[in-house]
Amino acid sequence: MKILVCITNVPDTTAKIAFVDSDTKLNKTGIQFIIGPYDDYALARAVELKEQHGGTVTVLNVGEAEGEPQIRKALAIGADDAIRVNAEPTDSYFVAAQIAHIAQQNNYDLILMGRESIDYNSGVVHGLVGEMLGIPSFSPVMKLDIEGTTAKLAREIDGGKEYLEAPLPLVLGCQEPIAEWKIPNMRGIMTARTKPLQVVEPVAVEDLAINERYSQPAPKGQCKMIPVEEVEKLITLLRTEAKVL
Amino acid sequence: MSVLVFVEIDNGSIKKLSQEAITYGAEVARMINATATVLALGAADESALAQAGSFGATKVLHASDPKLTHENSMAYADVLVQAAHQEGSKVIIVAKSGLGDAVAARAAAKLKASVISGITSLPEINGNSFKVTRSIYTGKAFATVDIRSEIKILAIRKNAVEATETGNMATVETFSPALNDANFTAKVTDVEKSNAELSLTEADIIVSGGRGMKGPENWQPLLDLAKALGAATGCSKPVSDLDWRPHHEHIGQTGIKVAPNLYIACGISGAIQHLAGVNGSKCIVVINKDPEAPFFKAADYGIVGDIFEVLPRLTKAIEASK
Ligand SMILES: Cc1cc2nc3c(=O)[nH]c(=O)nc-3n(C[C@H](O)[C@H](O)[C@H](O)COP(=O)(O)OP(=O)(O)OC[C@H]3O[C@@H](n4cnc5c(N)ncnc54)[C@H](O)[C@@H]3O)c2cc1C
Ligand SMILES: Nc1ncnc2c1ncn2[C@@H]1O[C@H](COP(=O)(O)O)[C@@H](O)[C@H]1O
Repeated sequence: MKILVCITNVPDTTAKIAFVDSDTKLNKTGIQFIIGPYDDYALARAVELKEQHGGTVTVLNVGEAEGEPQIRKALAIGADDAIRVNAEPTDSYFVAAQIAHIAQQNNYDLILMGRESIDYNSGVVHGLVGEMLGIPSFSPVMKLDIEGTTAKLAREIDGGKEYLEAPLPLVLGCQEPIAEWKIPNMRGIMTARTKPLQVVEPVAVEDLAINERYSQPAPKGQCKMIPVEEVEKLITLLRTEAKVL
Repeated sequence: MSVLVFVEIDNGSIKKLSQEAITYGAEVARMINATATVLALGAADESALAQAGSFGATKVLHASDPKLTHENSMAYADVLVQAAHQEGSKVIIVAKSGLGDAVAARAAAKLKASVISGITSLPEINGNSFKVTRSIYTGKAFATVDIRSEIKILAIRKNAVEATETGNMATVETFSPALNDANFTAKVTDVEKSNAELSLTEADIIVSGGRGMKGPENWQPLLDLAKALGAATGCSKPVSDLDWRPHHEHIGQTGIKVAPNLYIACGISGAIQHLAGVNGSKCIVVINKDPEAPFFKAADYGIVGDIFEVLPRLTKAIEASK
């Protein structure tokens, strides 16, 4: 089985976000970058499926060279090889077109992604890629098993869970508890250094959308403290002051 | 030409999130001198669909084929594109949700349209320039996006606009799209619906519990408060990891993102990953026994106290004031 796992290179979940160059660029100073947490679930499940069924796991990142440590980490976790499309990933359509282009050349049985990236939180790249390839996409997937050429999966729907059977190939956006995050071991880290990481240039895609500038939410006002002896007052305040009841 | 709004149906009626999307679509339509048309798929009540008029739509296209009752982003996107062609729509609106994002994405690929998800306010339109503001970095920042594609697909976040209710009715037309078998290859083998009546993404009020609740057996006071408020219930990640509460209640950066009018956090410390899931809330109340808990910095109202004492008193106060 051939599995492609698409990973993002994103600021750590605890990162403080700020901008530079007249609010046109992320201030990367002091920020630690990580594999997107949802992509990490996808990667972990891909490695488990390879252990069960044989085959290969390829990781793909559309991003600049600074993301290579995260790609190496994915190789250390158990991917066999990696592709980096050398481009700044600013627009979902652009990213999806790059992923679809790589996928068209390789006949993957499964393309696993995270349910969403934690920088853009769009949750759209899997649907875009699925449509570009003319195959189904499902998200968020919480359980995935493969039997022959059929995927048995569970996905979250509003207020519940749905179990599906669908023929491969598929594009899936993953989330917990599909697998537990894997931490690379020493042997993995050593072998990752020599695993192939291919850098390819992007295919041309028209700019459909441009991020013009960034901004930050207005700081929260002071928190009004209510003495514990008077908790009942809260109800009145929520009604008359905050007007949310 | 019309602005096309894809709506989600629950129990035959238009979901609340989609009601806001209709109002958003109607506002955009006004800006570009167009009307707003709603697309509703699957089993739905004709009179409930006519309510789309109350939120600003003039017309509803209803494709009632039973095959469309089950959530299917492949088929839905296919039908949405057919409707967009019929209506000559250049702007398509969905409410941001798992389904909305998926339908928007697949339609975007078909139409070579830009799809922007997580929009927090109405667009700025000036001649040919069309700009939107969206939430990024899980609510920690915003981006202003200049959309260049001819067709624009926007996934609107909760609270981007307030759903208007004018009392007008929309005309409901039958829509009979061609359905492609290739979109129906997946087989649904089972569905588990939680017995919660209110879903977190739809709820106006959420009462949420953290590790401070000490164990699943202690949830009753929180459930009582939620019931008194007509609220949905949520939790922090460790709580769902420990199986104290079901996974779909997990709120935060790696869980569900919510934007209710009122979020009441009980025994949750306020880690940045939790805050990322609630920073779209209008009003936040924090109850924690530790005055140094970081959540107070993100709160509008705070109570330093023991949840097991505070919750029953709040419930009582609400019951008494009804
Ligand atoms: C990559 C990553 C992603 C994550 N994603 C998420 C996420 O999506 N959502 C999420 O929630 N977390 C997430 N986390 C975990 C997050 O960092 C915190 O560990 C978690 O939010 C803490 O949960 P908590 O506040 O319930 O527990 P704690 O931090 O243990 O806090 C419990 C609180 O209860 C208070 N308390 C105890 N007893 C009482 C009492 N009797 N009365 C009143 N107050 C009391 C304490 O003072 C304390 O503040 C993530 C972590 C990582 C690394
Ligand atoms: N630049 C990228 N490179 C590789 N995969 C990506 C990239 N951006 C998004 N993805 C994949 O698409 C998923 C959804 O991303 P998004 O639509 O941005 O929320 C992510 O979890 C990744 O698996």
